[in-house]
Amino acid sequence: MTASLPVVQRRVSKRRQFAPQLLLALLAIYFLVPLWWMVINSSKSAAGLFGGTGSLWFAKDIDYLGNLQDLFTYDGGIYLHWLGNSALYAIAGGLGSTAIAVLAGYGFAKFAFRGRNLSFSLLLGSVMVPLTALVIPTFILFANLHLTDTIWAVILPSLLNPFGVYLMRVYAGDAVSDELLDAARVDGAGELRTFFQVALPLMRPAVVTVLLLSMVATWNNFFLPLAMLSDNGLFPVTVGLGLWQSLASANNGGGHSLWSLIVIGSLVSIIPLVIAFLSLQKYWQGGLSIGSLK
Amino acid sequence: MTTASVAASSRPRRTPNRPLSAGRRAAQRRRAFTGWMFIAPFGVVFLLFLVAPLAYAFYLSLFTKGLATGTEFAWFSNYIAAFTDPSFLRGVGFVVSFSLVLIPIQMLVSLVVALILDAVTTRFARFTRLVIFLPYAIPAVIGAIMWGFLYSPTFGPVGQVFSLFGAHAPFLLDADHVFGALVNVVTWQWAGYYMIIIYAALQGIDPAIYEAARIDGASSWQVALRIKVPLVTNALLLILVFALIGTLQFFTEPAVLRPVSNGGITPDFTPNLYAFTTAFSYAQFNYASAISFALGIVVFICVYIFLFATRKRGSFLS
Repeated sequence: MTASLPVVQRRVSKRRQFAPQLLLALLAIYFLVPLWWMVINSSKSAAGLFGGTGSLWFAKDIDYLGNLQDLFTYDGGIYLHWLGNSALYAIAGGLGSTAIAVLAGYGFAKFAFRGRNLSFSLLLGSVMVPLTALVIPTFILFANLHLTDTIWAVILPSLLNPFGVYLMRVYAGDAVSDELLDAARVDGAGELRTFFQVALPLMRPAVVTVLLLSMVATWNNFFLPLAMLSDNGLFPVTVGLGLWQSLASANNGGGHSLWSLIVIGSLVSIIPLVIAFLSLQKYWQGGLSIGSLK
Repeated sequence: MTTASVAASSRPRRTPNRPLSAGRRAAQRRRAFTGWMFIAPFGVVFLLFLVAPLAYAFYLSLFTKGLATGTEFAWFSNYIAAFTDPSFLRGVGFVVSFSLVLIPIQMLVSLVVALILDAVTTRFARFTRLVIFLPYAIPAVIGAIMWGFLYSPTFGPVGQVFSLFGAHAPFLLDADHVFGALVNVVTWQWAGYYMIIIYAALQGIDPAIYEAARIDGASSWQVALRIKVPLVTNALLLILVFALIGTLQFFTEPAVLRPVSNGGITPDFTPNLYAFTTAFSYAQFNYASAISFALGIVVFICVYIFLFATRKRGSFLS
């Protein structure tokens, strides 16, 4: 749009853009400060963390490698276990819930059957159910089945993703045309083949969005694994760092070394997600609008 | 708000009163069966991990467990206890007032940023968009831990800035400041996500509308307030509902910051935290179920009040 404006007008609009950009710059600083703090302080030893005067700048000795080594060797390398658990839960929960949501969204969007509208309203209503209110009841249910303190206790409840179904239905309704499906059926393709070869490729942007969002939600989940797991070998990294933090603050004096592990541990744990978001930008930026435009 | 439009747009085009041959009816039945098959996996998950826990929680909440009496059926006495329990009521009061302060701030920040980003198209603006969104990719636990550090009088910059002037920094997580401190953490964490949703909706508007408005002499302020904002109302409502549901269930940040708050955050600070403590520190699962269920009821009521209020106002506007 700007390209079509004459030069003078463009210069005026450049000048007009100064104040908004200043505001943006201030906001960018605000949003970056905690991350900056984390990156800087990951280089410090426990003594530097407590003793330094400038917490927003490097101390004399910069020791990322030493801190990383401490992080990965502390308590028999439990941190690496936590990272692995987080990845397992996020991948299993994310893939599973996305597959289920894609199938259901397609079913709701492209098939007419009795009870469809009723069940879809039920689903929309369930988006309103506070999911954390389900955690304690699910815990008790799982405890009766002896499933608590297993990986299933985290993965299985993560399969529930009503909002994902809603997004997939809206998207499939727009992106997959009935004529195309009918044509495939006339050509003799079965329902499954029609779904996999015709519908699914058209739904790909929404699939990636739902997958990314559900993996992030599982990776970030805290309440569910906190309630379900007591064996710290099964913790995801969020619960593990939470544990370290409460240990470190419980013995204020003796916990020094743990504080520096928490800082660098937090930094390491966000790297996978930041990379995922930056590299998949074009998918989620488009995909996030699906729900809001309707 | 969304149900009606979705249901209407995807209703089958075939007119139902046309007489159907036996073959067509069989085909239709087959299609219906296939539809159900596609939905079945979700249906199973829905029943197992939503309906069953809810039903079971409701069942459990009808019993009380005493040391002397054992477990016995007690009708709704747990609910009466919950809705007269000062801990629960204080928690509900907190999350409701927290929502009333937090959500307008969050909405305002994300809307203003989205409007600026929609109008300013420099490379710096694109960079800012990513930076502001970044906290969404960071687990709430990590966000809370980081802010806990920043607030800390021993390692945080707040304490150091104050000590430069020889003053004592206020401890931002004590009972007097914890409200604002938490508003800040949550705004930092979520504003970017909401901003992206609004921004995506703004990008979906046909730019021809702006051209028309400019020819009519509208300033960019007028375009923003009179055209852009009304056109993204749906996105704003969606965000509001999500923010409301999320905030009423507030748990992670207070749970993480509690150990470092020196008593500023109590175990009954929010209803969810209270339910968690009741279940896992005191093993009172019946009462904890009742609190969870009661919180669910509170969320439902708040969301419906909100949807009802906005639907009324929505019809006024249009």
